[in-house]
Amino acid sequence: MQTDVTARHSSLADGDNHSLSSVFCAYTATATLWLLFATGVGLLIAYKFGAPEFGSGAWLTFGRLRPIHTNATFYGFASIALVGLGYYIAARSSGAKLYSATLAWIGLVFFNLAALLGTIALDLGYNDGNLEYREWPWWIRLIFLAALVVTAWNLICTVARRSNEDIYLSNWYIIGGTLWTCIIAVVGVVPWYQYGLGQVAVSGFYMHNAVGMWFTPLALGTIYYTLPKLLNRPIYSYALGIFAFWTNLVFYPIIGAHHFLFSPLPWWFQTIAIVFSVAMLVPVWGGSSNFLLTMRGRTGDMMHSYPLMFIFVGVMSYLIGSTQGTLEAFRSLQEVWHLTNFTVGHSHMTMYGIIAFAIWGGVYALLPLATGKQAGQLGMALHFWMALVGCFIYVMSLSIGGTIQGLDWMHGLPFIQSVVDMQGYYVWRGVGGSLMFLSHIVFGWNVWRMCYGPTAAISPLESLRAEETVA
Amino acid sequence: VNKLVLIAGGSTLVYACLAWTMAVLPGIELSRVPPGPGVQPLTVLQSEGREVYVASGCSYCHTQQVRPLNQDKVFGRPSAEGDFTYQTPELLGSERTGPDLTNIGMRQPSSVWQYIHLYNPRAVVPESIMPSFNWMFHVVDRAPAGVTPVPLPKAYTPAHGVVVPSHEAEALIAYLASLKQMPVSEAEAASAPASASPAAPVGGYDAAKGAALFTANCSACHQASGEGLPGAFPSLKGDAVVNKDDATKHIEVVLNGLHDAKVGGVVYASPMPPFAGVLSDAEVADIIDYERSSWGNHGKAVIAAQVAAERGKAK
Repeated sequence: MQTDVTARHSSLADGDNHSLSSVFCAYTATATLWLLFATGVGLLIAYKFGAPEFGSGAWLTFGRLRPIHTNATFYGFASIALVGLGYYIAARSSGAKLYSATLAWIGLVFFNLAALLGTIALDLGYNDGNLEYREWPWWIRLIFLAALVVTAWNLICTVARRSNEDIYLSNWYIIGGTLWTCIIAVVGVVPWYQYGLGQVAVSGFYMHNAVGMWFTPLALGTIYYTLPKLLNRPIYSYALGIFAFWTNLVFYPIIGAHHFLFSPLPWWFQTIAIVFSVAMLVPVWGGSSNFLLTMRGRTGDMMHSYPLMFIFVGVMSYLIGSTQGTLEAFRSLQEVWHLTNFTVGHSHMTMYGIIAFAIWGGVYALLPLATGKQAGQLGMALHFWMALVGCFIYVMSLSIGGTIQGLDWMHGLPFIQSVVDMQGYYVWRGVGGSLMFLSHIVFGWNVWRMCYGPTAAISPLESLRAEETVA
Repeated sequence: VNKLVLIAGGSTLVYACLAWTMAVLPGIELSRVPPGPGVQPLTVLQSEGREVYVASGCSYCHTQQVRPLNQDKVFGRPSAEGDFTYQTPELLGSERTGPDLTNIGMRQPSSVWQYIHLYNPRAVVPESIMPSFNWMFHVVDRAPAGVTPVPLPKAYTPAHGVVVPSHEAEALIAYLASLKQMPVSEAEAASAPASASPAAPVGGYDAAKGAALFTANCSACHQASGEGLPGAFPSLKGDAVVNKDDATKHIEVVLNGLHDAKVGGVVYASPMPPFAGVLSDAEVADIIDYERSSWGNHGKAVIAAQVAAERGKAK
């Protein structure tokens, strides 16, 4: 059933293709603007660790810019980019046209409006309690929820029009992720049951699920569609993908409390979170081995296809970063790493290594199919290598520095020593971050070319493949 | 359509049940935890200060959770369930770029220090990477009646006029001062770390340890140079108590702290916190010996037993 999923859209009318393509372009373009903004802010606050007086005043103070960086990355860049990819994949893999382009545009306006208002509110000091990833004032988060509901409805109705009885695996992840995130948003925003320590329990759930039940499923859905398309071969095991889907669904929501190990949350609550963090190895290793086995014997192709390289890095980060997450959940290791910069390294290995790379792989693979316009090889190469090397430096410096920080504390050194010892690693983090940011500027240029640039004259490997597939 | 309902509806139902079990129910249950002994709601000014704390994103670098781990002992006793009853939004935090603030009102009771530090952290902690919050202060020609200007060190004073805190800064410092851990039980209130203290090193004073303990506990006010800050924190360099052969007073001050200290004819408004509950006898002796042998001081060294004797007197 999955073999022919990538070859289903030839029967669609030109007008339908055009409207889908403009939706896809608009989502990708606005997401790219948010990426540039969010990582520009990220770079500024990275510099502040070395030069605390750099960028002074209330509007540029670290404590206001930090949530702007995280929220704009999450809800501006990653959410909008993944929904754009989701619409394209849902329509194409179902051999149907988008249920409603109007709803997609309304959703886009809501997403952008929420991210814009949220950014302004945070910069003015309207922060809903420093509760990670739900810092926007509640009414702005309701706008985001509205965007999610519109998106879920549109995706479901699109897939309901499919020409085949089966629903392609990508759509399980994309529709599932969107619906679950509606629940996460409601759990996070309703205030009447979360006070004091009760709110700590909810925070653990929210900060973990907002990442792993929203971005991860949509990124996996993107990979499940893009990888077979790029390689022109079916996914290694469809059944394994479904197995990973259900195990991920059951295990993941239970592990949020591992963000509050050693806190006054009940001991059993923390322990269950640790046990299921280990159980998460099942869907993680299942999913990543499925991807790697799909790529088996085709490593040579990666040399000729940057989209494939991006996806490959995404898959490897999924394997390594998520396994690292399991290790971090053990009490013995958490004792060293908890509250240090190691956590920041981990969150960048996952949000950047998995999610951003999967998005880029998906965009480079699919956007040219939608628009008929290509990004240049050089542009993709610059983007890929700067992002990869930058992220590597970033993650390594904070992982090593964070470990030293934790050991300083365990050895009972004066606290300020851990600040002093981090200095060199903060500088390296800035170097990595600068490379990452530069790569995003190149990505912006590439997106411009794929959306609004001249029609492609060159036909790299992946577009050849795509045309063969269509034929 | 049936298959779609199964996948979308079924998985969402599963997820909703899990969210209910793992977030909503624990949220409801733990919201009902009663306050611990002595835990009080904040005053109006303190809650205003808490809002400033949230608006400025302090909790992205400062945790408010003390873990039952050795390395967290410097920040206070392990946080207990009942500590958080009045803390909504919760501010436990996820990163400790700066020190934990759970018990900062006890650990650093001096509002003068807090104001200087807030205005520019490097004025009191040269290695600090905390941002300056000087936008929470006004520079005026003359401080209004009843307001004490912030006694900044020379290098940080504005060219003209004096620095006075805004209402925002006053509220924030009032909130920080309110962050005091209440003893969980009577037994804990009475116990001092002295009982668990390691034996004094053979041969007496451990210079490296003394220097580290001084950095961790004393240098924020008295400075690494031992010279303090003129008008704010007294100098230990050449100080009479520090250089006196009879160390009784010196030990007493470190153990019990000091209010309205008069040193060299100057009265210092900042209280010094007591360290009896934080440091063991050997640690107090190491600090005192470090102070008595640094910056040109020539006080007679003390041993842990003298500290223990002084501690005994206080009880």
